[in-house]
Amino acid sequence: MLDKIQGKVYVLGDDIDTDQIIPAHYLTFNPAVPEERRMFGVYALSGVPLAQAGLPEGQRPFVPEGGAPGEYRIVVAGKNFGCGSSREHAPLALDEAGVEAVIAESYARIFFRNSVNGGYLIPYETPTRLVDEIRTGDEVELDVRANRLTNRTTGKSYELSPLGDILPILEAGDVFAYARASGMLA
Amino acid sequence: MAMTMTEKILARAAGRDAVRPGDNIWVNVDVLMTHDVCGPGTIGVFQQHFGKDARVWDPEKVVIIPDHYIFTADEKARRNVGILREFVAQQGIRHFYDVGTDRYKGVCHVALPEGGHTRPGEVLFGTDSHTCTAGAFGEFATGIGNTDAGFVMGTGKLWVKVPETMRFIFEGELPPYLMAKDLILQVIGDIGVDGATYRAMEFAGDGVYSLNIEERMTLCNMVIEAGGKNGVIAPDQVTLDYLRARTDKPFTVVTNDPGATFHSERVYDVAKLEPVVAKPHSPDNRALARELSEVRLDRAYIGSCTGGKITDFIAAARILKGRQVAIDTFIVPATTEVAKGLVRERVEGQTLAEIFRDAGCKLGQPSCAACLGGPADTFGRLNEPLKCISTTNRNFPGRMGHKEGQVFLASPLTAAASAVTGRITDPREML
Ligand code: SF4
Repeated sequence: MLDKIQGKVYVLGDDIDTDQIIPAHYLTFNPAVPEERRMFGVYALSGVPLAQAGLPEGQRPFVPEGGAPGEYRIVVAGKNFGCGSSREHAPLALDEAGVEAVIAESYARIFFRNSVNGGYLIPYETPTRLVDEIRTGDEVELDVRANRLTNRTTGKSYELSPLGDILPILEAGDVFAYARASGMLA
Repeated sequence: MAMTMTEKILARAAGRDAVRPGDNIWVNVDVLMTHDVCGPGTIGVFQQHFGKDARVWDPEKVVIIPDHYIFTADEKARRNVGILREFVAQQGIRHFYDVGTDRYKGVCHVALPEGGHTRPGEVLFGTDSHTCTAGAFGEFATGIGNTDAGFVMGTGKLWVKVPETMRFIFEGELPPYLMAKDLILQVIGDIGVDGATYRAMEFAGDGVYSLNIEERMTLCNMVIEAGGKNGVIAPDQVTLDYLRARTDKPFTVVTNDPGATFHSERVYDVAKLEPVVAKPHSPDNRALARELSEVRLDRAYIGSCTGGKITDFIAAARILKGRQVAIDTFIVPATTEVAKGLVRERVEGQTLAEIFRDAGCKLGQPSCAACLGGPADTFGRLNEPLKCISTTNRNFPGRMGHKEGQVFLASPLTAAASAVTGRITDPREML
């Protein structure tokens, strides 16, 4: 797990579901095949209606025309991020597109779990509604040890909810490494 | 210590005397289900971590059901079923419902109980969010991702956090114009799409026990649309009769302890409820069907794990018998068993299939079809920004294909009544 993540942020609204994160017609790609796995990055967030893509203005492509990874390392969103299907292709797509962490007010359970157990990204919860505070393209710094997000563009800083139960899995890397570390798996 | 049904099932699966909500525990898995969309990725994770020639923990406990992208020319979709086939042969997995054979069933959540893979007291994980459907049989059933499923394949275990239980009690017998879909859309509208996140949702009351098993499955199917981890209904004679016809495996019925603690309890008087619709683009965007009579539609879709069972088609046929649809209407049986029911079950002397054909509907083959869009040649897919009333369970942007498509979720009665008029219609106008 990274201690510090710096880079540009991409902002989304509430209830971003897995069909918006990776539309169903791309699910025929097999993530176990490296060339196909990369395609999930290319189409990450391609199901978000244009008006809501990259708030507050919208109409901001998440991944450039040329393909993944894109320029955004952190996604900021509202409540219930990742609701909908159980497809692990969703956190995987964000990971392939270059995202290291999502900061949302709340998550749908399966997305949250997949992000952690698959070791794709850090799903941070924020007690503050950051969607109205941060703009797509702002430069931010996420201090994972201190649970703190600093917006370098505006100079404002926000405290995030501690990672709690999931921290040992994030630190191990994924659920396999965690199970090995805890003696569950030889 | 008094425990809820969900807590008791999880405690047993963890080999513990008791668990409390919030406990993180490792449980032994009774059944792992995967399908053509998440199976190849799951197999990839399994082989990456346990080795190319590794064996699954118990081939009897793995159930593989191709159902999502079946009747399509898409090469990758076909290749994915091929990956399942190869794996099943290598592992000696018996419970495989292959496309193009007479074992083929269709939508996994309906196929699982039909195949005798759902049993009270057990723990079922599936790589599909609607795996919660099987809670209707009094078991703990929930959806997981490929990594978790790959982990289960190798170990037979998984960590879970014990959820609190929210109770939903429906009192009174359902009037003929209401269906399970109305009840669950009512609940989701009340608590919101994240109203049950991390929690179990238990359904009880004589309103629930007056429902047949398919309708109970519809209730549990959509708990995920409120963010729920699992849905659960304590088994009764109806459940046991259904199961006895399909499995001879022993199981233990688990119910709430007296004095168990619940997160909350909501009581509904079903006589006071009305047919409802979830408007685009969220399952909690509820309105009364009769309030939406101005909404003109382009299409109706009756199918999926939540709205494509035989009970759903009998309901639709009661409306469509002797009538004509005014808009394109797609009928998709969830499974081959349901498809057989379409040519066997009758309403007033005519088979369901005849009623639908006479009404001008298009009949598709058993699979998920357009419930989640799929490849462009998928039966019923919204390839244009159409307005569709659908008996499916999700109406997020792009869910049925087109990003600007508008999907209204409703019961099969409401969908059928709306198909006849071409606008959203309360089924009471036609019953
Ligand atoms: S019918 Fe729809 S909701 Fe049910 S399993 Fe298939 S895609 Fe998922």
